[in-house]
Formats: sequence, C-alpha cells, structure tokens
Amino acid sequence: MTTDVKRPRSMTSAADTTFKNIIISLASLVLVAVFLYGVVLIAGGFPAFAREGFGFIFGLDWNPGTEKFQALPFIAGSFLTGFGALIIAVPLSVAAALFIVEYAPKWLAVPVGYMIEMLAAIPSVVYGLWGIFVLIPAVRSFQSWLVGVTGLDWTPTGIGLMSAILVLAVMVIPYVCAIARDVIQLVPNDQREAAYALGATKWEVIRYGILPYARAGILGGVILGLGRAIGETLAVTMVIGNASEIAKNLFSSTATMSSLIASQFGEAGGVQLNALIALGFLLLVFSVIVNLIARVVITKLTPVGTRL
Amino acid sequence: MTNAQENTAVQAKTFTRTVSSARQFQNAFVGGLIALGTGIVLIPLFLIVGQVIFNGISAISVDFFVQTERQMSAITGGGGVLNAIVGTIIMVGLALVMGLLIGIGTGIFLAEFSEHPLVPLIRVMSDVLTGIPAIVVGLVVYGLLIATKLTGYSAIAGGVALGLIMIPIIVRATEEVLKLVPTNIREAGLALGLPRWKVTLSIVLPAASSGIITGAILGVSRVSGEAAPLLFTSLGNPDLVWNILQPMGAMPLSVYNLAFKALTPAQNAQAWAGALVLMLFILMTNIAARTLSKRR
Amino acid sequence: MSNPFQVQVAERTASTAAIRLEAKDVSIFYGDKEAVKKVGVSFRSNTVNALIGPSGCGKTTFLRAINRMHDLTPGARVTGQLMLDGINLYGSDVDPVDVRRRIGMVFQKPNPFPTMSIYDNVAAGLKLAGETNKSKLDGVVEKSLRGAALWEEVKDRLKAPGASLSGGQQQRLCIARALSVDPEILLMDEPTSALDPQSTARIEDLMESLKEQVTIVIVTHNMQQASRVSDTTSFFLLGDLIEHSPTAQMFTNPKDQRTEAYISGKFG
Repeated sequence: MTTDVKRPRSMTSAADTTFKNIIISLASLVLVAVFLYGVVLIAGGFPAFAREGFGFIFGLDWNPGTEKFQALPFIAGSFLTGFGALIIAVPLSVAAALFIVEYAPKWLAVPVGYMIEMLAAIPSVVYGLWGIFVLIPAVRSFQSWLVGVTGLDWTPTGIGLMSAILVLAVMVIPYVCAIARDVIQLVPNDQREAAYALGATKWEVIRYGILPYARAGILGGVILGLGRAIGETLAVTMVIGNASEIAKNLFSSTATMSSLIASQFGEAGGVQLNALIALGFLLLVFSVIVNLIARVVITKLTPVGTRL
Repeated sequence: MTNAQENTAVQAKTFTRTVSSARQFQNAFVGGLIALGTGIVLIPLFLIVGQVIFNGISAISVDFFVQTERQMSAITGGGGVLNAIVGTIIMVGLALVMGLLIGIGTGIFLAEFSEHPLVPLIRVMSDVLTGIPAIVVGLVVYGLLIATKLTGYSAIAGGVALGLIMIPIIVRATEEVLKLVPTNIREAGLALGLPRWKVTLSIVLPAASSGIITGAILGVSRVSGEAAPLLFTSLGNPDLVWNILQPMGAMPLSVYNLAFKALTPAQNAQAWAGALVLMLFILMTNIAARTLSKRR
Repeated sequence: MSNPFQVQVAERTASTAAIRLEAKDVSIFYGDKEAVKKVGVSFRSNTVNALIGPSGCGKTTFLRAINRMHDLTPGARVTGQLMLDGINLYGSDVDPVDVRRRIGMVFQKPNPFPTMSIYDNVAAGLKLAGETNKSKLDGVVEKSLRGAALWEEVKDRLKAPGASLSGGQQQRLCIARALSVDPEILLMDEPTSALDPQSTARIEDLMESLKEQVTIVIVTHNMQQASRVSDTTSFFLLGDLIEHSPTAQMFTNPKDQRTEAYISGKFG
C-alpha cells in the first residue's frame, strides 16, 4: 500500500481509468445480454412470423403435421392460467401479508413469514411432481364427482387447466405475499394512528388507513406475479396436458406458451422450431412489458405522503 | 353554558357502546378471514414438504448418491443420481463464476459510479433480466451457442443459461449492500492517498462481502432448482460426465424426467427421492443465506 | 398574557368548571421501564391544558394514554385510573374504539389520508360510524372545516387531494377530521412543531375558539406556546408530574424549584 502513495499522480489516475473501464464493460454486458435476447429470438422466430403473419398471434390452428403454427391457444392458455392463479392467489397473499404485519404478534409473524418464503424457494419441478402425484388425482376425484352430479360427458383425467391454475396459485402466493408484506410494512405508522384516533376498529384502520396507501404497491406486486405465472414453465408443463388447442372448459387439457415450448422443443425441427422461438419472443416481450408497467404503477401511484 | 347545565350534560353521557355491533362483528369476521387465509396459504407448504419427505425417504440409500441414472431399473429401482448431482455442481459452479464476475462488476458500477449516465438504463435492464422467464433464457442460449454450433448441447451452455439467471440477483445484492457501506469509509481510504480502484476493491468490497455472499448463495439456491433453462442447453445425461463440452445431467432435470417417465412404484419412489434431495439442498442454501444475512 | 383581565378569566375557568378528565395514580410502562410514574392530575371542562417538560419526560406518553393509543404498542402497559366524566377509560367494559371516538387526537406531523380528498378526509370518521346521508355529511364537513378555520381556504376545492395542501393547512385538515366526530376531548401532540411560525399562530388562535366545544390537552416543547394558549400547565420531569398549576401562576410564580429552573431555560 505504501508504494501507492509514492506513485506519480498520473499513474494512479491511469489505473483508475482502467478500473472504471473494466467496470463499465462488465456492466454493459447486462445491456448486451438484453439486446442479444431480442436479436436471437427475433432472428430465430422470424420465419414463423413471416409464414403466418398476424395469424401467428390470432390464429387457432397449431399442427406440426400440416405445418400450421398459430399460437392463440397458448397465448390464451398463458393468460387463463395466469389470471386464474391470481384470482386465487391475490386475496390469500394479501390476507397473509396483513396477518404478518398487522395481526400476528412477533413470535408468530416471524415464523409464518419465514415459512411463506420457504414456499417461494421450492423448485418448480418439485411443484410439478407434487402436481402429478397429489394434485391431479385430487382434481380427478373432484371431476368425477362433478360428472356424477351433473351428468356432463367429460372424461375425468385431472390433467388440464384447473390443475395448472392451482399449482400456479401456490407458486405465485409467496411472491405476491412478499411484495404485499413489504409495501404494508412501509405504510407510515401515522396513517394507522390517524385512523385509530378517529375511533376506527382494526379492520377499518386497514381499510381506510393502510390499504389505500399500499394499494399501488400491491397492484405492482400483482402485476409482477402475473409475469411470474406466465413465465412459469415446468410445473405447468407437468400438469396441463399440453394439448395444442384452446381450453374448452375449466378442466380440459390445453397448453401455455411456456409449456408448449418445453414439451415440443425436443422433437421440433424446421418451422416448428422457429415457431417455438417466436413464442419465446412473445414471452420476452410480455415479461419486459409487465416489468415496466409494474415499475410505473409503483412509482406513479404510491401516495407522496404528507408534504412539509 | 352554566355549571349546572354542564354537569347534567356530563352526567347524561356515559359509556354506552357507541361502536355498533355490526362494526364489531365485521371487525371480528374480517380478522377471522385473514387468519383463515394465512392458514390456507401454509397448507400447501406442509403438504408438499411433508409428502416429499415421506414419499422420498424410502428410496434414499447410499446407492442413490453413488450410482447413476443409467443404472436405474424400472422394476427394481436401484441406480442413483450421482450424474445429476455432479452435473448440478459443475453447472451451478460455471454459473457462479459468470454471475459473480458480471454481477459484482455491474453492482459496483451502479453503486460506486452512480453519476454515470448509463446507470438508470442498466438498473432497469437488470430488473428486466430478473423478470425474463427461465425457459426464454434457455431458448436464447440455444439460439446463441447451440444453433450456431459454437458448442453442442453441453454443460457450458447450461452454465451460461444459469449464469444469465444469476446475474441480476447478484447485481441487486451487490448494489444494495455497497450502498450501505458508509461514505466515510471511502473517504478515509481516499484521504490516505489510495487510488479509487484500490479503495473500492480492498476497502469497500470487503466491507460489503457478507452481503454479496448472501446474494450469491441465494442465487445458487435459485438456479439449482431450475430445469427449464437446461432442457435445450445441457440436455441431460444419464451417465456421469466431467467434460463440460458434453451434455450433462442436473438434479431438476432428473426429477422432471423421473416424474414424467414414472410408471412403476420403484420409479415413483425415485422421483420423490430426487425431489427430496433437490428440495433439501435448496432449503438448506436458502436458510444459510438468511442466517448469514441476519448475522450481518 | 400581558392583559391582566385575560389571566383572570383563564384562572377562573380553570378553577370552577366541572372536572372532565382525571388521572389517578397513572403509571405507564414500556416493558419493565416505568415511563410515567403515578401521575395524578385533573383537567376541567372547556380549558386548554398544556403538558410541558424536556424530551423523554413522559408528557407524550401520558397524552397517548388518555385515548388508549398505548393499546397498539406491544409491551406498553397502563396502571391506575384515567377517568372521563368519572368513568374509568381502562375499565373492563370500555372499548378502546369508543374511547378514541370521544377523545380525538391531532399528531405531531400532519397525517391526512393521502389517497382521500379534503372532503373525504373530514368525512372519514363519520363514514366509519355508518353515516351515509349526503346532506348530513356535507353539513358536518363544512362545520368541522369552519371549526378548524380552513373552510374559506378550501371550500372551492373539496375534491382536491388532502396531500395537496400546505403543511399548516394539512394540520388544520387533521384538526377538522378530529372534530368531525364531535369529540369531547381533543389531544394535541406537539401539533405545531413541524409548522412555520405563521401556521403555528393560526393554530394557536384556533385553540382559543376550539375550547368552546372541547377540552384540549396539548403537549408542547415550546414554553411560549404553553403560556400563550393554555389555562393550566403540567410540568413533567423523568416520568414524574412535578407541578400542575394555572398557567399564569406557573410562569410567574412556580412552586417547585425544578419547574423554575426549566421555565427559565436552565435545562431541557
């Protein structure tokens, strides 16, 4: 170290410049990566886009045998499973977040929070495995019961949209819950006190003092959760059936964009490969849009608080 | 108001309950719903962890850790997942090298060169990388390395895919923890006449090391469980291989394949056992990271 | 306090009106730490009562005990009796929500609900009580805003967000919000400490008119403020109530040496 002090100033700044350049180069690799994502997926997917035109997004016919590659069933599948999962996950996530921050005493809040975080760490394939061996049979029994009661002409398999929604809901909950919890924790305490001092009950404090303040952040978390759900691959692939058609009912076998890629890529060649990469491009665009929207929602809609 | 009036007014007002019973009921009811919702959230955790342990433990033996998937039999079970364990260690190691180099570099850039005009863009892009689905990362690495014949299906391709997922995790951890390092530590170093690069690398970075290590462990925990980016990059391999230019197995890939292929009870048990090993590894790394970050 | 007549009036009010709020042996604990020690004091109807003392003396802790805000602090415990009109606020059959409804509070930092309009901020308390009649709400909102001397400034933009007001206006909005549920006691926790001198003066003027409707207990770190606005003053030190006297008397002729040392600026 002492030698540094004796160094001429010019050498020090040359070393600093080199250091800065190395750091900037490393950081620029992040930009290069995002750029490459776009280039690779556009180049790989272009033949499919060129062949099908807007039909790629709006058409229903996906058939490798006849070389038709129209992806609407899977776009629909992604959104159906994603929104379906959110309908189940959002109220539960917000409830758990409120429980941890507002209701539970510390000795209970800490382990409950910890357990929900553990739920987020379990890998997708383990959820998929559980889906195959536990959830699908359960859904199948429910379906059989439903067929018995209603006389519908379904074949109960348990494989399909419903199982995918349930698995996704379980997987999205810890994600949305973590964001909701952080946002609720950030609500200034004076908001709670203001409501309490008006003679509000606990629930009224939450409704008037906390949720209005936290709603933008929670909404941002929900949007990110949708992105998560739509990008989630293996657990869905393992339970949804991967049929190349739009879901006819809540229990029918269908596919999402990501599950189709995972299930067909291995045997794909030629235009089918291009079409799957084009689906990957749609997923990329979607995930970027979701991320940016969530950022805007969180920064623009969060109350600025009191001004002094 | 005279004193007499005042006194009667005071006497008249006592604490009859002014909060209506409807509000009391609503308050209690919603509180109950919230507790119930939290319970429902926790049920799958107990179910999944419990069932993975219960169903997996029976197929766990020494063989399971020293034999390969090639040696598995559909009828008698047997064999193990050594090929996948080694594969996961190698590929996660490759990913870690890539993730640490680019991730820490970018984190330093965001925290220490915060006046640079590229900072906001790179921060947003790093966030965007976090949100990109793992399956898309797999497709991109396929298009970049395998379709172009730069490599075949190989561990190196798998490692790059996992590394791309790890980068934003380490970027964020590094940036956050570097920002927590007090400015006066930097100033103390600079005041000694040390050049900036030396202050950053030998004073600031070590002060932030435990946070960066936590981030790295969380990154490892996350990518160790990912199968989607490996499906079209490392492909999987039932044999034990060490050559990173060859297709290689990984724990999540094994669980995926075992679960899909499973027809016999022996295969079922092996799939659960694979899930148990994977889940324990990931929960352990996760808990390690959290413990470390608390001690900080 | 230069006008001797005013002092006289204040003293008379303070000494003859009915006792509204009374503390008997009130101790407040945070865990094992006794932050307020066996305080006994009473406040009469339609007066302004100041609590003064150096930081950490327990004055805010005592204030927050009056409307049971400590129920929300884990580990906080109140012993002794706090009586409103002779009824113990900590009695087993008393609901803290009821207490807070009858004892309003204004905080150190203005805290309007940021997502609500000016109107909705004031109406919030009534809506909680289930009031849905629009004309009744309109009436109470206007009355409360007038009571807080804010009506003229905001009557044309009641739908604007509460957070769009200036700091002093926000604090008066919070006073209006507290008044809307027609409380009997109004607690004020250093309500002007975050405000500029002009806004402070407006709120001090306001207190003079507010005491026609409510009994005010105000914590202030500013002794000039205590002497300007209050009828009685209580001096707290290290959790003890050292002295409780009519304000004029305390500032001219304190009974306790420590009070004298404090008000003459020797410490604090």
